[in-house]
Amino acid sequence: MAKLTMVEAINLALKQEMERDSRVLLLGEDVGRNGGVFRVTQGLFDRFGEARVIDTPLSESAIVGAAIGMAVYGLRPVAEIQFEGFIYASMEQLADHAGRIRTRSRGRYHCPLVVRFPYGGGIRAPEHHSDSNEAYFVHTPGIKVVVPSTPYEAKGLLIAAIRDPDPVIFMEPKKVYRALREEVPEEEYLIPLGESRMVTEGTDITLITWGAMLQPTLQAAALMEKQGIDAEVIDLRTLSPLDTDSIVESVKKTHRAVVVHEAPASCGLGAEIIARLNEKALLHLEAPVERVTGFDTIMPLPKLEQYYLPNAERVVKAIHRVVTF
Amino acid sequence: MPRTTLDTFSVERLQVLDEQGQCDDALRPALAENDIKKLFQYMVLARTFDDKAFKLQREGRLGTYASILGQEAAQVGSAFALQPGDWMFPAFREPGASIVRGLPPRMILQYWAGDERGSLIPNELNDFPITIPVGTQIPIAVGAAMGAKYLADPIAVMAYMGDGATSKGDFHEGLNFAGVFSAPVVFVCQNNQWAISVPLKRQTAAKTIAQKAFAYGFTGIQVDGNDVFAVYHAVDEALRRAREGKGPTLVECMTYRLGDHTTADDASRYRNDAEVAEWKQKDPIERLRKYMERQGLWNKSYDQSVRSEAKAKVEQAVHEEENFPPPDPQDIFLFTYQDLTTELNEQMETFRKANGKGTIND
Repeated sequence: MAKLTMVEAINLALKQEMERDSRVLLLGEDVGRNGGVFRVTQGLFDRFGEARVIDTPLSESAIVGAAIGMAVYGLRPVAEIQFEGFIYASMEQLADHAGRIRTRSRGRYHCPLVVRFPYGGGIRAPEHHSDSNEAYFVHTPGIKVVVPSTPYEAKGLLIAAIRDPDPVIFMEPKKVYRALREEVPEEEYLIPLGESRMVTEGTDITLITWGAMLQPTLQAAALMEKQGIDAEVIDLRTLSPLDTDSIVESVKKTHRAVVVHEAPASCGLGAEIIARLNEKALLHLEAPVERVTGFDTIMPLPKLEQYYLPNAERVVKAIHRVVTF
Repeated sequence: MPRTTLDTFSVERLQVLDEQGQCDDALRPALAENDIKKLFQYMVLARTFDDKAFKLQREGRLGTYASILGQEAAQVGSAFALQPGDWMFPAFREPGASIVRGLPPRMILQYWAGDERGSLIPNELNDFPITIPVGTQIPIAVGAAMGAKYLADPIAVMAYMGDGATSKGDFHEGLNFAGVFSAPVVFVCQNNQWAISVPLKRQTAAKTIAQKAFAYGFTGIQVDGNDVFAVYHAVDEALRRAREGKGPTLVECMTYRLGDHTTADDASRYRNDAEVAEWKQKDPIERLRKYMERQGLWNKSYDQSVRSEAKAKVEQAVHEEENFPPPDPQDIFLFTYQDLTTELNEQMETFRKANGKGTIND
């Protein structure tokens, strides 16, 4: 089985879905001849032509707006926004139309659309290229939010996202894009949206994370193992809808939890996860649930970004506080 | 080196019927007598509907409503050029167009009465629900047109907007896309010269809205928006071009909003009466009526029958809307996703329990 990077796995998913279904087409800035600034769509322009791999004007609102129109018309567009910091121009289209059209038309229209974009820090990228802004989309009804953590995950989740009948925001952790290789089957497989996965099983504490933060969380879990703390790591995969049942079930077993995310703390998804644990597992908890997150600041430029991003050391400290509470 | 001219543009204005209903026969669109009568009947129906909706709001029987008084020709003339297979994306001031398309007037009332079921567009109509966030329907319409082109469907897409929308980024992004991809879309701008209290001169320093199309590589034309023949003529031509793969067109219908922005507005705060009075003289229905009378297509008994038929249709729509069973409260949840999430199911269950077993209506 081929060992692929996440970039290659996403490329493979797009290629196979386009081969399978002529309604699937790609649009975005530089996705055509250039194959995308991260080469995610490399080779697809030559394979499928300019009618299906559409280099668009530099125009984020129209990229998403036109993709909504295509989806409503019956196609399965996959739009790329070049970086998460540029998604805001299309927020009106996402919140006012993509997430709403099924409800406002009472089911007459729906919007099977995927909007992909790289997110997150850690690759020394310029300003506005390193944010982790998933919470805006999770807070928007009618939209689903998916964040893969590894190449294998990315392929199966993207195929499920493309086939989903509702709009999906697909956030790709650019720190992971080429950082690791993993066996990715050539054969088709889907990872259902809304189901988390248990990455490591444990009995002492539940570590809940997603996307690029999975790696430092796993490192922290390995360090804790040496100290005799057995951590269960959950990769959420889908942030909306959230797999509450699996989180609750795990915490009922471990009685302790830490949430790790890259985004700012306030109103980040960690707050929602803790609220759900309070509602459904409070009496099983032996300690307050901690968050290891970015700060409520602007994402710093590369010279300081390592101070902002959660790392294994910060996760280890949080685990210590929770297990010794 | 001398400076050279790279490109030049001229912006045309089309008028077929003057304010006295005199017709320039060379420009008159090829409409059968029966079609001309239909245009008149639709305009009367649109105005009758509008007047009733306004009164219903004043009586507390309808929510906020955006009047189309004075804009009947721009709406009826443009929508009349659409084929059944075409797609139409309204802004929020096009009930006249929706009526021509065949949307039951009951549904338009239902929407403004605050019932989401007014946006459940019947399956036989390729129309979008009303779009309130200004101009946002434009890129979506362009995307639908790109979809039609990709699938080689021989249809056109029409997007309505007002003059205010031409200041929005989505107008420019959408028109630019349409030009670049030669999308089969027709943009119909109802330039009614007021965006709530802001006059046209505060939306643009350009002489026309039509000319903006040239910057995006396609044609724009201004028509007398109170002249139903001119509107039909320009839009019909633009739709045919779109269906034939000749790309987009912007049609600016120069008209006037005789009423307030909505029933929640008071235009006397920012607009002078003389201007309104001047535009009342340019009434689009009266203009066509004069033409029809001259052609022997109109007389008093015909007029009476058209108006009483319109009144009956509107009264029937009001009756249907007001006697429609109330929406089921759990409908709030049902259309969020195709399959409701665990959380939505839980919230719906809690909601039902809080309101007695089953639904609120039980």
